[in-house]
Amino acid sequence: MPRWLAHTIVVVLFAALIALAFSRVNYAWNWAGVWEYRQKLLQGFGVTVGISVAALVASTLIGMLAAVLLESKNPLLEAVGRVYVEVIRGTPLLVQLLIGFYVVASAVGLENRYVVGVLVLALFSGAYMAEIFRGGLAAIPQTQRDSARAIGLTPWQSFRLVILPQAVRLVLPAVAGQFVSLIKDSSLLSVIAVSEFTLAAQEVNSFTYSTLESYLPLAAGYLLLTLPLSAMSRLLERRYRYEA
Amino acid sequence: MNLEIKGLVQRFGTTTVLDRLELRTGDVRSLVLVGPSGGGKSTLLRILAGLDVPVAGSVVFDGVALPRDEPSLRAYRRTVGTVFQAYNLFPHLTAMDNLLLPLMQVHGLSEPEARARVREPLERFGLANHAHKRPAELSGGQKQRIAILRALVVQPRRLFLDEPTSALDPEMTAEVLEMIGELKDLGTQFVLVTHEMAFARRVADLMAFVGEGRVLAHGPPGEIIDRCDAPRVRSFFARVLP
Repeated sequence: MPRWLAHTIVVVLFAALIALAFSRVNYAWNWAGVWEYRQKLLQGFGVTVGISVAALVASTLIGMLAAVLLESKNPLLEAVGRVYVEVIRGTPLLVQLLIGFYVVASAVGLENRYVVGVLVLALFSGAYMAEIFRGGLAAIPQTQRDSARAIGLTPWQSFRLVILPQAVRLVLPAVAGQFVSLIKDSSLLSVIAVSEFTLAAQEVNSFTYSTLESYLPLAAGYLLLTLPLSAMSRLLERRYRYEA
Repeated sequence: MNLEIKGLVQRFGTTTVLDRLELRTGDVRSLVLVGPSGGGKSTLLRILAGLDVPVAGSVVFDGVALPRDEPSLRAYRRTVGTVFQAYNLFPHLTAMDNLLLPLMQVHGLSEPEARARVREPLERFGLANHAHKRPAELSGGQKQRIAILRALVVQPRRLFLDEPTSALDPEMTAEVLEMIGELKDLGTQFVLVTHEMAFARRVADLMAFVGEGRVLAHGPPGEIIDRCDAPRVRSFFARVLP
């Protein structure tokens, strides 16, 4: 059976199951009510895309910096990296957002909730990125570094020409997976009243009292962003599988 | 090459791997290091190749002492070539790009110059048809021959070969040894660590038996393999020779 056929069958079966569940609860659909607020949902979707792209770029940079800290020979710098990664990964994003916005941002006089939201999200995702990058660098065998030294490369040339190109190929699938998580995690920014996609859906729900009609488009919207990323991740994984 | 080693000590943690090792080769073109695993052969070779710095002692090649600081060692490494047991090639680059990398990035050749430099050696060693392949598409023997070529095309003063066939099956071993034999005939100077005794006997101008962190015997290969009195050396060859 070809893969596309298998995928289609599974999707259809899954949809049928969901449809069956909906038919059993005799839900009274009210799509017209939600349709009136389509502009709000679209705006929210746009804000989510914007926040995600900004946090994606920032978290990649933060992740690289933190990976350098984690690998540092200076115990103090290494400790900074380790504490950052463990605290962030060990606490809920919800708490980080609330403390980040109502305590830290207020203390330093940062009032733009969009900026704070992107920063907290980037710091959160950056901790996971750091471990991905560190793992990628650590996975390059010592013999590659030896070979690079043996042909007379400087440490920087060795990193740029030998280590980094291999590490990037290794981590790309995991990074794409982390991007998917980040996009979904951005929905939590609604708790600090950033009017992104999820908050828009919540508001539409409170105006129309049509819960499912408000939230089903939300699910579809996130899938629209995350499915291409997952597909790209698998593609990259296949393309760069050059070494047994 | 004329190699003079005095009082060479190397330690890893509390383990002493080289224990005041001494060796004077006189003027030879090829030096082959043999001996038991863990005896210090590879550790010695890494020091000679400028990859590791010994705890104590001196190494003098042709009257010039090996430096101890990293920038000078890097400059030294650019004048020699080193091939390890395996995984020498960079897997993200084709065989050709592996050959061009040191020529262009370290030795400052332009790409046309570098390509011209590698063309003839690729042909001579029957590797021209494999130049466009990634290492994963090459056999173990082809990988090692490309690695030797990469070390060779920068026109080094000498090669250091650390068990270049230990990870290969007998057929591939033969093709790599044949290449090293040809290099010897072409006048390439090298220091080779190997367990291939028949081959060592053929290519060694001088053989040094390294065990327990010292050179336990050195001389023409026939003398070391067939007529050495040292008990440690005799028992080694009694076990490894058919």
